[in-house]
Amino acid sequence: MIIGERKPLEEVFNRTDSFKKICVLGCETCVAVCLAGGDKEAQETAEAIKMHREQTNNPVEIKASSIQRQCEYEFIDEVMEELKEYDVILSLACGVGVQTMATKVPEMFILPGLNTSFLGYPLEQGVWMENCKACGDCVLDRTYGICPVTRCSKSMMNGPCGGSSEGICEVSKDTECGWALIYDRLKALGKLEYMDEIIPPKNWSTSFHGGPRKIVREDVKIVRGE
Amino acid sequence: MFAGSNLEKVLSNGHFAVTGELGPMRGTDLGPCLEHAEHMRNHVDAYNITCNQTAVVRIASMAAAIKLVERGMDPVMQMTVRDRNRIMLQADILGGAACGVGNFLCIQGDHQTLGSEPQAKGVYDVDSTQLMRIIKNMRDENVFASGDKLEAPLKAFIGGVVNPFADPFEYRVDRFAKKIEAGVQFVQTQCIYDMDRLKEYMKRVVDKGLHEKCYIMAGITPLKAVGAAMYMKNNVAGIIIPDEIVARLKGAKDKKKEGLKMAIEQIQQIREIEGFKGVHIMAIAWEEMVPHIVEEVGGLLPRPKFD
Ligand code: SF4
Repeated sequence: MIIGERKPLEEVFNRTDSFKKICVLGCETCVAVCLAGGDKEAQETAEAIKMHREQTNNPVEIKASSIQRQCEYEFIDEVMEELKEYDVILSLACGVGVQTMATKVPEMFILPGLNTSFLGYPLEQGVWMENCKACGDCVLDRTYGICPVTRCSKSMMNGPCGGSSEGICEVSKDTECGWALIYDRLKALGKLEYMDEIIPPKNWSTSFHGGPRKIVREDVKIVRGE
Repeated sequence: MFAGSNLEKVLSNGHFAVTGELGPMRGTDLGPCLEHAEHMRNHVDAYNITCNQTAVVRIASMAAAIKLVERGMDPVMQMTVRDRNRIMLQADILGGAACGVGNFLCIQGDHQTLGSEPQAKGVYDVDSTQLMRIIKNMRDENVFASGDKLEAPLKAFIGGVVNPFADPFEYRVDRFAKKIEAGVQFVQTQCIYDMDRLKEYMKRVVDKGLHEKCYIMAGITPLKAVGAAMYMKNNVAGIIIPDEIVARLKGAKDKKKEGLKMAIEQIQQIREIEGFKGVHIMAIAWEEMVPHIVEEVGGLLPRPKFD
């Protein structure tokens, strides 16, 4: 899922200071699960802004609310009319949600309340780990489930660099070496021969390096007039 | 001959090769770098030019390499895949070769967050193994990575690095084999201090016959001070400095002299280890000591000359 982190409150205060009517809008899917941008966080953020405004003698009318997904028009539709009563929407969705909102309600100001961090999963309570870069050409079949593009700090495709030491990456003592993980996994599965295969340069045009991506599926498109 | 560079001639004629290392400056004056090169002219066969070493911005390795070519010296142009995509890597290979550079050394490069511009975007379009194969294909098949043809052929002696001190140790020799398969012709090792581990690594290398498929040069860096040794020991991933080395340095009255003495002994020892075809001396910020080291090892001078 998409993992996000709330922007520092100072930054949020600064960006919203000039608005008199604010709606803090949470998103109840990914960012709610990672405890960054759901209904609860929307309430907390609204409360913090309100207190800040009171302290700075800059009264504000503020409301916290949330919808199931800010990245789909049908969910935005449900609250559309209500949103229009505000000067600004502080969205606690990921960047996808913020931009979908901006497209759907173009006449309104939409500000991001989160930094969208990465695609990942909860490792344990309070810890999230990145494990996919959405490169558009999945190589997990070759490494049996650990992504070298994401888990190796240098996205190496042909084994560990010279900075791999006792399972730790040269980048930081808190970072596991992705290739050490891959090696251990292949060894456990009896598939070490993969390590000997030379993987040719990756096609990055399926990733962002080919420009913003778009998928068109003719089989599921609704053809006008039908 | 693949490139006809001095280094290739020395190695292919069966001589024990000696290379030095030069780090270009962090300003526009290459003077000190060229002075160091002149100083070791009669003591080394070729000069590695580092490529933004430790991810710190410096004069581009190609620029310094070309300056050496102009002076009749043989550069080993290091190329990291950290800062350039395949377009620029291939362009720099063409550029270097067009100006007389023959040796290209492919390395991954230290991660950008560890260097002078920690906010930089890392490129990593290809990895070092892939770069070796790209150069090999440019040279042997006359094709770029895309498959397009080169307009004029490339001559290149392809180099790389191996690190016997990185992990997983049991994979390190296979990784070397993979690089040979990709096209590497000579490799230099990471700085050697742990002789036991080195010997174990080389035994496995020789068992696999890799020393017959690729020239292996031992990387030696003299230790200048206890602080420097401790820093490397604790902070540089992929370098192992055994406690007894640190203790020996600590116990010495003249640390610098002892550091040089240890480096000289290390070179003498690695000459006894089967598989090594040369030594690469990385006297970082101590380049002026390279001639002394080479002289003291014994049997390395004069360096072979070719017409
Ligand atoms: S230490 Fe491991 S994870 Fe880190 S850059 Fe090297 S191979 Fe990749």
